[in-house]
Amino acid sequence: MSIWRPDPTFYPSPKMAMDAPAEKLAYVAMVNGKDNGRHDALGVVDVDVSSSGYGHIVGQVDMPNAGDELHHFGWNACSACLCPHAAHPHVERRYLVVPGIHSSRIHVIDTKPDPRKPQIVKVIEPETLAARTGYASPHTVHCGPDGILMSALGAPGGDGPGGIFVMDHESFDVLGKWELDRGPQKLSYDFWWHLGFDTLLTSEWGTPNMVSKGVNPEILLAGGYGHKLHVWDLPKRRHLQELDLGPEQQMVLELRPAHDPTRAYGFLGVVVSLKDLSASIWLWHRDNGKWGIKKVIEIPAEPADPAALPPLLQGFKAVPPLITDINLSLDDRFLYVSCFGTGEFLQFDVSDPFHPRKTGSVHLGGIVRKAAHPKNPKTPLNGAPQMVELSRDGKRIYFTNSLYTPWDAQFYPEGIRSWMVKLDAKPEGGMQIDPKFLVDFGELRGHQVRLEGGDASSDSYCYA
Amino acid sequence: MTESIGAWSTLFLLGAYHGINPGMGWLFAVARGMQEHRARAVAWSLPPIALGHALAIGVVVLIAQLAQVALPMTYIRIGVAVTLVGLGVYKLVRSRHFRWGGMQVGFRDLTIWSFLMASAHGAGLMVLPVVLASGPHAHHHVAASSSAAGGIWATLIHTLGYFTVTAAAALLIYQKFGLAMLRRSWFNLDLIWAIALVVTGFVALLV
Repeated sequence: MSIWRPDPTFYPSPKMAMDAPAEKLAYVAMVNGKDNGRHDALGVVDVDVSSSGYGHIVGQVDMPNAGDELHHFGWNACSACLCPHAAHPHVERRYLVVPGIHSSRIHVIDTKPDPRKPQIVKVIEPETLAARTGYASPHTVHCGPDGILMSALGAPGGDGPGGIFVMDHESFDVLGKWELDRGPQKLSYDFWWHLGFDTLLTSEWGTPNMVSKGVNPEILLAGGYGHKLHVWDLPKRRHLQELDLGPEQQMVLELRPAHDPTRAYGFLGVVVSLKDLSASIWLWHRDNGKWGIKKVIEIPAEPADPAALPPLLQGFKAVPPLITDINLSLDDRFLYVSCFGTGEFLQFDVSDPFHPRKTGSVHLGGIVRKAAHPKNPKTPLNGAPQMVELSRDGKRIYFTNSLYTPWDAQFYPEGIRSWMVKLDAKPEGGMQIDPKFLVDFGELRGHQVRLEGGDASSDSYCYA
Repeated sequence: MTESIGAWSTLFLLGAYHGINPGMGWLFAVARGMQEHRARAVAWSLPPIALGHALAIGVVVLIAQLAQVALPMTYIRIGVAVTLVGLGVYKLVRSRHFRWGGMQVGFRDLTIWSFLMASAHGAGLMVLPVVLASGPHAHHHVAASSSAAGGIWATLIHTLGYFTVTAAAALLIYQKFGLAMLRRSWFNLDLIWAIALVVTGFVALLV
């Protein structure tokens, strides 16, 4: 049902969204990483500094089935509803769309009337998704100008191609496959867009069969995981261009286009290079109507004693940084980078996107380092910075430490004890760990974080 | 004479009402200006947007006038009324929003967009009761041959009202006020519009 004024959390431009009030709650996907039949859940974390529950899980809704492997999720509606060509600002940002990457089941969760007690209002079963779209393993969720788009890793049999499908943002009916012409694209992972340039981008990980049993060293060493970025015509739903980073660049994951709709560039993270186990950040940019790509940040592997390494890495005698998530502040100024291997969390000033400048670094967890948190300085942490989310004003950074259950077991075989931390960003660069904020997820594992009212990776804008 | 002034004012004001609605054109012009970093892009967006709107009105008026030749006035009146009420109720129950195209648009795209947007709104339908009420059957002294001219005039006056407000809003918002006001002031005109469609439908039936 429509409302009389635009949802107050919709902002015409990223600049205006930076003036949004501070979030008081965070929603976190909580995954059961153990084989005990326990269900995954969506947790509510109190992030209001003035609240007595600050830094604690204050609400939780369990999924109706076991084995979903919750991963990424997103809102039904956001600032893109203000876009002029398909304006419909009188809907509410109210429902979280939460897919399970293993079950291919999609949950629609209502965050009203009580935001601390979210409720499941609709469940889309994997058979429906398969019949309507031909896809399985739904992943990234983005609210767009004309509905919800979601990426999927592959087809119901577990092979490719993976792609994107469309969902109605009010009825939550799965409407069908998004692509009209997919060109050479086969592998899928993340997607986002430049609304001002009618351009959509997709990245590559692997099909469900290539990833759901853990990273496969044979596929990896043969350069078989994703190494391309695909450029699409957004309204025409057609493949335009393929940008190949080269087969040694394995797993092209998170895409973070500039939030300003007049800027035609963005950043992507590559997990590992086969050449030297380094990880990298690449910049895509538009020149005379064609898109190009360039490596702008490289983070080297760190030498390590094989005895301290999991079997998968012992032969390499080094810890790869493993860039598994990145995030960009709404003013397109600071890029945040999670290194799931070394346990480092980095901040770069990307005001000049071609020449990033390192402005901050924090260590928490890590395969070898196991860096502790100031709240419990004597307790080593495992897991490492992973899913990162950033407040709209750019002042608060949140991240959790699990990657994906079958992969966690390969990099942290002792089992992940999951936590969520908060960092404060300084206005001119630099970050500080908030010593009061350390969430313990107990038996479950925290994954993606979404902030109440929107965050730095939830909304897109049509006005500069 | 006073009756036709009343009808013309109504047509003009209906146009102005469409014009003030951000979703019906001016916001797109502002977005084009922001995307290209120049006020000229705002100005250049206005003519195709107005043309598309005029076409949407004109087509409906033309269809109604052709129908008038073949069918008795009562039938047309009932047909228009039922369509208005039906469209209004549909919009109240299921607020499916309009979707077409993207942000990179030329003259042709903007004209088509505006035509489709106005049509999806039922803009032309709303004008019909006014056009029909002031048409040749209502005023027997007007020759039937002037009916087409009346339709064109109705379309032009409506579009003038639409264009005046759209252009003023687009330029003022782009140059002076900025888009922050959208968040507070963008009332759900579509909801009011849906109610207006229903009310007009009943009035057309009864009057």
